[in-house]
Amino acid sequence: MKGLSRREMWAGLAFVSPWIVGLGVFLLYPILASLYYSFCDYSVFREARPIGAANYVDLASDKLFWKSLLNTLYFAALSVPLGLILALALALLLNSGVRGLTIYRTIFFLPALVPMVALAVLWLWIFNGEYGVLNSALSSLGVPAPGWLTDPAWSKPALVLLSMWGVGYAMVIFLAGLQDVPVHLYEAADLDGASWLHKIRHVTLPMVSPVILFNGIMGIIGSLQYFAIPYIMTPNGQPARSAYFYAMYLYDNAFLYLKMGYASAMAWILFLIILCLTLLSLRLASRYVHYEGG
Amino acid sequence: MLSRLVKALALVTLVALLYVGFTRESRPATTDGRVHITYWEKWTGFEGEAMHAVVDEFNRSQDRVYVEVLAISQVNQKTLLAAAGGVPPDVAGLWADNISAYADKQALLPLDDYLRQAGLTRDHYIPCYWDICEYEGHMYALPSAPHSLAIHWNKAMFREAGLDPERPPRTLEELGHYTELLTRRDESGRLVQMGFMPSYPGWWNWAWGYYFGGTLWDGRDTITADSPENIRAYEWVQSYSKKYGATDLQLFQSGFANWSSPQDPFLSGRVAMVLQGVWLGNYIDKYSPGMEWGAAPWPYPADHPEFADVTSVASDILCIPAGAKHPDEAFEFIAFVNSQKGMELLNLGQRKHSPLAEVSDEFIAAHPNPYIQVFIDVAKQGRTFSNPKLPIWSEYGNEMNAAFDSIWLQQTTPEEALSSVTARMQGRLDRALLERSRREGSL
Repeated sequence: MKGLSRREMWAGLAFVSPWIVGLGVFLLYPILASLYYSFCDYSVFREARPIGAANYVDLASDKLFWKSLLNTLYFAALSVPLGLILALALALLLNSGVRGLTIYRTIFFLPALVPMVALAVLWLWIFNGEYGVLNSALSSLGVPAPGWLTDPAWSKPALVLLSMWGVGYAMVIFLAGLQDVPVHLYEAADLDGASWLHKIRHVTLPMVSPVILFNGIMGIIGSLQYFAIPYIMTPNGQPARSAYFYAMYLYDNAFLYLKMGYASAMAWILFLIILCLTLLSLRLASRYVHYEGG
Repeated sequence: MLSRLVKALALVTLVALLYVGFTRESRPATTDGRVHITYWEKWTGFEGEAMHAVVDEFNRSQDRVYVEVLAISQVNQKTLLAAAGGVPPDVAGLWADNISAYADKQALLPLDDYLRQAGLTRDHYIPCYWDICEYEGHMYALPSAPHSLAIHWNKAMFREAGLDPERPPRTLEELGHYTELLTRRDESGRLVQMGFMPSYPGWWNWAWGYYFGGTLWDGRDTITADSPENIRAYEWVQSYSKKYGATDLQLFQSGFANWSSPQDPFLSGRVAMVLQGVWLGNYIDKYSPGMEWGAAPWPYPADHPEFADVTSVASDILCIPAGAKHPDEAFEFIAFVNSQKGMELLNLGQRKHSPLAEVSDEFIAAHPNPYIQVFIDVAKQGRTFSNPKLPIWSEYGNEMNAAFDSIWLQQTTPEEALSSVTARMQGRLDRALLERSRREGSL
């Protein structure tokens, strides 16, 4: 019996070995190495030289670090709640018993499948100040049309607007959550004379609150690491670094200026920020999130 | 039995994975007895074809070395990372402004010994193109396709505005006056046409100071972005957005599409004058073939005629990354490209000028750009500049571009923006110099 379980252990290890090796070589080692390098002066070409916490100290007084961090937090603070509201609203509409649900669901989800680079190039045209479809729509309504990506006041709102393009993911998850809400709760609410708004407020929202939490945390993680779209659409954060995000400065430090130590320190600070925000969300969640049967 | 099989399987998997993970790409033995070298190049399209023609010529000219070209996007970053990983190409086609940062990191092979053996000296070249390949007393590359800049103007738009179509502005004051005459707004006051705007095409926003006698670095230990000459230059830049309105210009500029397209504002006749490189002629031919245009040296400030004909020069370069397996053969190819024959084949194909001092009459006669002599002359007359040879240049350049934005958008005064760049980059330079002396001390 002992022999068999040992053999099973070997077999098991053999089957998971690609994953173990992959995890070790491509994830665990780089993560630990980046922690070490964050305390070093490291330019890839020369041996890393330990310099204590100097990178972290420098970051504290680096104006561009703070600017990129504030830009990123601004973006996250707008795009995450807006994305949640929009995704939930769409899911509620789709869940209201429309005919052809699967078709609408597919249509709303489709944009989320467009590759990032194609999306960025497409929206460069949509936001084009003179020929963009967005501005022709606005001016036909008589609304003054901003220069979007060329105006420092509008570049971040423009990117927030663009991020709504991808709400399909969150919407599908919300929809699944909504379809899990037991019908008898609504029936009971109907008997008590609850209005549509009451049912949303007291039945639907509490029942899908775990899904809101999940989508919220995923949104925070995604938006704080926002990179590909602005890297293509607003290179160097132009105009005037109004759209220069944290991950762009990190990337520039690592691969353009080859300050790997500095970039590693930035990565770890971002990790800590995301960790704190996630823990904060979970703390809030214990008060507001309702788990069925929990 | 099964247990042993499973163990063996596990071991094989591990070894295979480790092998794939850690072995370097090994070159298949060549069957033709020639040394095959790899050459990474940025160009595709007609520029790429021109380089392919030179490579084919080289491969035909002898039977010991065979060059394999590979077109690579973001070739500079990929070459650097490949060199760091120990698997660089034998020849890399980068840009001259990569040299200081890469040489500082010892990512490039110094070519001094090769050049001595081949008898190639500065005298063979238009001097500025030799000089941009040098860093800290060593040569790290040779030029391939170089360029200088000139003002391009649209003659039809000049005629329409009542200007002499054959006479480009000679001073910056004239440029300003011409711009007034060439600028139009529609009934609602929106800009629909500009004579000239310093923010377009935006590739040399860091460089305006040089046309006023400024520099960005004193060559030793001081960042000079906030010198009076530079401040004057960016006050000149800001005078345009003051006069025509930052918001109006932004909106006008937001309609610009990719420059290599028919929607480019110069090619579509919405901007009448632009400071551009020798390649603009190619794009005029391609996207706006009927355009009447001219090219001339960039105007100078009227009170400083000694700054006439100042131009920015830069070049594509060929270099050998550190750790290349066949440096001798790599240099043989680079030297072939740098022969008069190779250079003229390449630069006629790419429609640029040759960086060599000697140029055949056929080259000039056959050249498709009618103004090619303008570009050669401004490069030769000696008042040329290129980006400061600082290892921190890529960061410095980004800072200057961001400062330009805030000056252009009237967010700050030139003095504020430039002194904040100076303060930041002086700190970076001090750090880099300290690091270098520490390194040299430890050697």
